[in-house]
Amino acid sequence: MVTENKLVVDVHRMTKRFGNRTVVNKIDLQVEEGEIFGFLGPNGSGKTTFIRMLCGLLRADEGNGTCLGHDVIKESEIIKEQVGYMTQKFSFYEDLSIAENLDFVGRIYGVRNRREAVQQSLERLGLKERQQQLAGSLSGGWKQRLALAACLIHQPKLLLLDEPTAGVDPKARRDFWEQIQELAGQGLTFLITTHYMDEAERCNRLAYIAYGNLLIRGAVDEVIAYTHLNSWAVSGPELQKLAHELREQPGVEQAVAFGNSLHVSGSDPRALEEAIAPYREGGYKWKQVPSGLEDAFIHLMDASKDSFPS
Amino acid sequence: MIVKELIQMRRDRMTFAIMFGLPILQMLLFGFVINSDPRHLPTAVLLADNGPEARTLLSGLKNSTYFDFVRLVGTEQEGRSLLTRGEVQFVVNIPQSFSHDLLRGDKPAILLEADATDPIATSGGAGALGNIIHSAFQADFVGPLGFLAPAAESIDIRVHSLYNPEANTAYNIVPGLMGVVLTMTMVMITALAITREYERGTMENLLSMPLRASEVLVGKITPYVIVGYVQVGIILCVSRFLFKVPIHGNLLLLLLAALFFIAANLALGITFSTVARNQLQAMQMAMFVILPSILLSGFMFPFRGMPWWAQILGEILPITHFLRIARGVMLKGIGFADIGRELWPIMLFAGITLIVAVKRYRQTLD
Repeated sequence: MVTENKLVVDVHRMTKRFGNRTVVNKIDLQVEEGEIFGFLGPNGSGKTTFIRMLCGLLRADEGNGTCLGHDVIKESEIIKEQVGYMTQKFSFYEDLSIAENLDFVGRIYGVRNRREAVQQSLERLGLKERQQQLAGSLSGGWKQRLALAACLIHQPKLLLLDEPTAGVDPKARRDFWEQIQELAGQGLTFLITTHYMDEAERCNRLAYIAYGNLLIRGAVDEVIAYTHLNSWAVSGPELQKLAHELREQPGVEQAVAFGNSLHVSGSDPRALEEAIAPYREGGYKWKQVPSGLEDAFIHLMDASKDSFPS
Repeated sequence: MIVKELIQMRRDRMTFAIMFGLPILQMLLFGFVINSDPRHLPTAVLLADNGPEARTLLSGLKNSTYFDFVRLVGTEQEGRSLLTRGEVQFVVNIPQSFSHDLLRGDKPAILLEADATDPIATSGGAGALGNIIHSAFQADFVGPLGFLAPAAESIDIRVHSLYNPEANTAYNIVPGLMGVVLTMTMVMITALAITREYERGTMENLLSMPLRASEVLVGKITPYVIVGYVQVGIILCVSRFLFKVPIHGNLLLLLLAALFFIAANLALGITFSTVARNQLQAMQMAMFVILPSILLSGFMFPFRGMPWWAQILGEILPITHFLRIARGVMLKGIGFADIGRELWPIMLFAGITLIVAVKRYRQTLD
């Protein structure tokens, strides 16, 4: 898997504690140049904290490594110049216009030919006509596009995007991802956190963290394969009742409704088949299906709950 | 609803503390500091006569507790320059052959020169002068000297109110107001500067950019220096054309002093901003400074009438020194040499607060 590609992020044993609570626990991570790396995990799992440590917003309590070839602990000022960080919450100035926001960022990074860069960015955004509009009056989707444009204005080599598509409609999300894939093709490296499975599937590689621990990392199919989950889809009458009953059975880890069918999965294939055997009759139609990423993650999340209480 | 408010109030320790601290502070300040009849005012004496009657007069003045003799001067110029620099409030001028003339019944004159830039401070002492002299000589002017009693009529008492002869309070208030307005707006505006970034969530972004603490702070302060100068301009115009307050001194000198004063206030505001966790706290901290700035600086009440601890507090505040500069330049026409004494405490204050701000400013979100 590891090729001779340049590592953009190469950190080891990164740890962050708030008080006596360990939020990020000895995470190792390598991200290659041009890669879109997805960072997944439940809320409060330490994704944001990890990203903030990478761009110097938080000091790591332990760990070392490099980001863009610079020491992630000591040279955060240099790293900041070459990294674009898009925060979870919109964090540009709502009382500045679109153009003024871009111009401000351009000035801080000391972008050469700033005016030109801002104009180009506005054109790419398709906001040339609305450049005088205040950023605060933009809708969620447009704010997100503005934020991305602002992160790109100094031509960073690495983009850290923290839940960039939260609260954005599907069309805007798709456009957003197309743009990211295009930029990745040009050699930019992305580290993206997300809760959306369809987005996770668009990443070259994924890492799943829970309670500050990195549980697994790899390509989408690798992650699914790792969990050894078997899944069945069932359709028929009174699926809610069936789901309740199935969840009580040993061997069944998940029974989740997807529209008119129910996805039942478990990691032990024989136990799973035994569990569903009594329900083979009675108008239910069963079909074995490949496990999805979501099934895999819920499995991981449940499993991690047991090994890392609270 | 009430319960929720009380819980939130309790969570916000700072606000809680200030809610109880502010009334106490106000009570202390108003209760102890306000003194519209200040005594123990520093006084210089120009003593050209050594006779026993001159001595009696001086001890009478001293016993009145209005006057504290701090200097003996040899010439009128020396006395005048002490007044100009604000080192003394009064100069008592006892002419040659005072005792001799008094005993001969020639009605000699004594001259009390008063720095009337603050009319309240001077009026007490000057007003009581007749009575003081009367009681000073009461014991002496008996028997053969009885013809001289009452003494107040045998002595020609002249009071010169310098710098503000009409005791126009506007002359005193308006230059002071410049200091108060600048303190209020400058401290308040910058106190909000960094907390606002935190509250709007823009700080995270700002911190992820390659900016140094000093760059952020200087960037936050500089625009308000311009605002401060606009305010100074407005106040000067209004005081000159509406209140007809004269500007005897060098306007450029005043503007130079204003620069340091504005910088000191902005530095203080930005320091609050780095300490406070939200905008409300920042505002309350600003209030904590603004109140003493009005009360302890000599703006509302004569500085020399305050108890010693209040004077020390007042000396720390930059506004106290700026007030002296503004009044000095506008009413007395003092020059650069004289304001230097008041300028360095302002600079020191600005420097220290700025260092605190840079130290307190957090480069990370930790």
